[in-house]
Amino acid sequence: MDPSLLEPSTGYIYPNEYFLQWELLIVLYPYITGLVAGAFILASLERVFKVKALWPVYRLALLSALAFMIVAPLPLLAHLGHPERSLEMFLTPHTTSAMAMFGFVYAWYLLVVLLLEVWFDYRREIVIWSQESKAPWRYVYKALTLGATDISDAAIKFDDRAGRLITIIGIPSAFLLHGYVGFIFGSVKANPWWSSVLMPVVFLFSAIVSGMAIVMLIYMVTSWIRWKPIDMACLNKLGEFLLYALIVDFSLELLDFIHRLYESEESIHILSQLITDRLFISLVILQVLMGALIPIFGLVAARFGRLPDEMRRMIYFLVGILIQVGIFSMRWNVVVGGQMFSKSLRGLTVYKVHLFGLEGLLFTIGLLLLPVVILYVLVKLLPPWIDGQEDGALAAQPH
Amino acid sequence: MSLDKEQGPGPGIVTTAGPASTVEVDTAAMDRRQFFDLCKKALPAGMALLAAGTPISGLASAETEAAAGALPEPKMPSYAMAIDVEKCIGCGRCAAACKAENKVPPSPHYVRTWVERYVVPREGEALVDSPNAGIDGFPDQPEVDILKTFFAPKLCNQCANPPCVQVCPVGATFQTRDGVVLVDDDYCVGCRYCIQACPYGARYLHPEKLVADKCTFCYHRITQGLLPACVEVCPTEARVFGDLNSRSSPIQRVLRFNPIMSLKAELNTRPKVFYANADQEIR
Repeated sequence: MDPSLLEPSTGYIYPNEYFLQWELLIVLYPYITGLVAGAFILASLERVFKVKALWPVYRLALLSALAFMIVAPLPLLAHLGHPERSLEMFLTPHTTSAMAMFGFVYAWYLLVVLLLEVWFDYRREIVIWSQESKAPWRYVYKALTLGATDISDAAIKFDDRAGRLITIIGIPSAFLLHGYVGFIFGSVKANPWWSSVLMPVVFLFSAIVSGMAIVMLIYMVTSWIRWKPIDMACLNKLGEFLLYALIVDFSLELLDFIHRLYESEESIHILSQLITDRLFISLVILQVLMGALIPIFGLVAARFGRLPDEMRRMIYFLVGILIQVGIFSMRWNVVVGGQMFSKSLRGLTVYKVHLFGLEGLLFTIGLLLLPVVILYVLVKLLPPWIDGQEDGALAAQPH
Repeated sequence: MSLDKEQGPGPGIVTTAGPASTVEVDTAAMDRRQFFDLCKKALPAGMALLAAGTPISGLASAETEAAAGALPEPKMPSYAMAIDVEKCIGCGRCAAACKAENKVPPSPHYVRTWVERYVVPREGEALVDSPNAGIDGFPDQPEVDILKTFFAPKLCNQCANPPCVQVCPVGATFQTRDGVVLVDDDYCVGCRYCIQACPYGARYLHPEKLVADKCTFCYHRITQGLLPACVEVCPTEARVFGDLNSRSSPIQRVLRFNPIMSLKAELNTRPKVFYANADQEIR
């Protein structure tokens, strides 16, 4: 719909600013890559930093990261005016463009970090399944071994070492993946709402928060679906790390806010109007109150309070959902908020989400559900469950 | 005769006519044998100088010869525009001509150039509008106690340090050697990062071509020696187009005789659209 037919924009906006350039799909993109980076960093806590309590979610976190990673470029691709030319970013990248680096960061992360790590981690099981499963799964697993069927102790030891090395490389890569997304926005000097050196750091910590929270949710939901008990030690540890990450994230956002307010540059008037007139619900209510403050209190209560386990689980679950809402709102406030005020600093525009079309709500919901489907397939293929088994024991038999 | 004395003026000066009588006397006193002795003494120093200086001096002399032999290369132009705010009457003909010349979509939300009207009240914020880019004129002025009013035409600032070119992921937006920023329609992927990066709101996504679009200074015209359409139709010469590398270009006069500012100079985009007699409210 033509926005000029809607509520008129207030003040003066440049004629070309009537249409928002980056809509729902670009909100989705940093949200999904954030989940990837966060889930991976959670996995690395177990793998590199030896937080053994997190063992039950280690593989689940890896597979979740992979599922979201496969979906991550789709909103970008769908949003391009000429998706058929997207390969030009690989073939003739413009080296001064932050966006041109996306393809390389993505390819590095997907191919070198995630796929390799999952493969090394599952190789022993894949070899065993390729011998014990029935056709046609047997052939699938045979293909997945890539011909490396040696599962002697020396070979397994090598797998373990390789996996650890990849995770160590993976941590800065995950930082790069999401810090870079923040840089795409933070480096736009034309936009005072985006232009901030803190942007990549804020994006990174919000990514860690959202990734940990989504793995926590996935772990709880899959346990309920499978009628398996939830490992409370793992959940408490997860809640603890989530709390720390959330406090750092919220402090950084607060610092950014106070810094802007104190510096009080030319743009402060229009940005204040933006918050009070356009982003009050999505920023003050959803992002700050429901997405950060309530979860912080909830996590403190659930982790350190004297509560029954049933109560803790409920709080963790609600906190997980609130955090997702909060982080999605944060992406919305950055991406959409940054385009709702005029660069003339004299007016605000309006944005209404469409229901249909590539930038529409339905397509976005579809893209959000796609990782769930991919994760379902991945979990069927490579079961991450370790019910009642010791560290390093063979995972559940899939087929 | 001491060596110092003989070293003084070189042979070149001997041949020049002039009142330097002492030089003539000294040189006349030197016979052929003395001259060769002098050369022998100076030879080692001369050789050393020659050995050290050969590459540079050789090159320099070659260049001088080339320059002397051929006509000087014409300087690549550096196109720019000056807008005299005092002269703009807000007729909007520039914006209309641009739409016609460049087949810009007729919708008021896609423009390559537009005219803003500023109404500055005695108290409070300036009121700015640009209905349909100023093409259809402006409504009556708002009922406020007016301090001053003026018009400000806007367009792509053809920055010398363009943020749009910096962020384009495929290099579809580029700077020509004559300083104009253009978009390659066949290469642009339509990611719209350049639109976000432009501080002036000068770019839009073409609704049919789905590529970024903006003012080109009418590149198809200026490379033929014509003026940009907006400059051509301006009835008051508020827009002046020219070449910054040519001292006889009309833009030089505007830049020389008027107080000049460029928009959002603090962003270091180094615009090549200059505003003469402009108010600080323009941004």
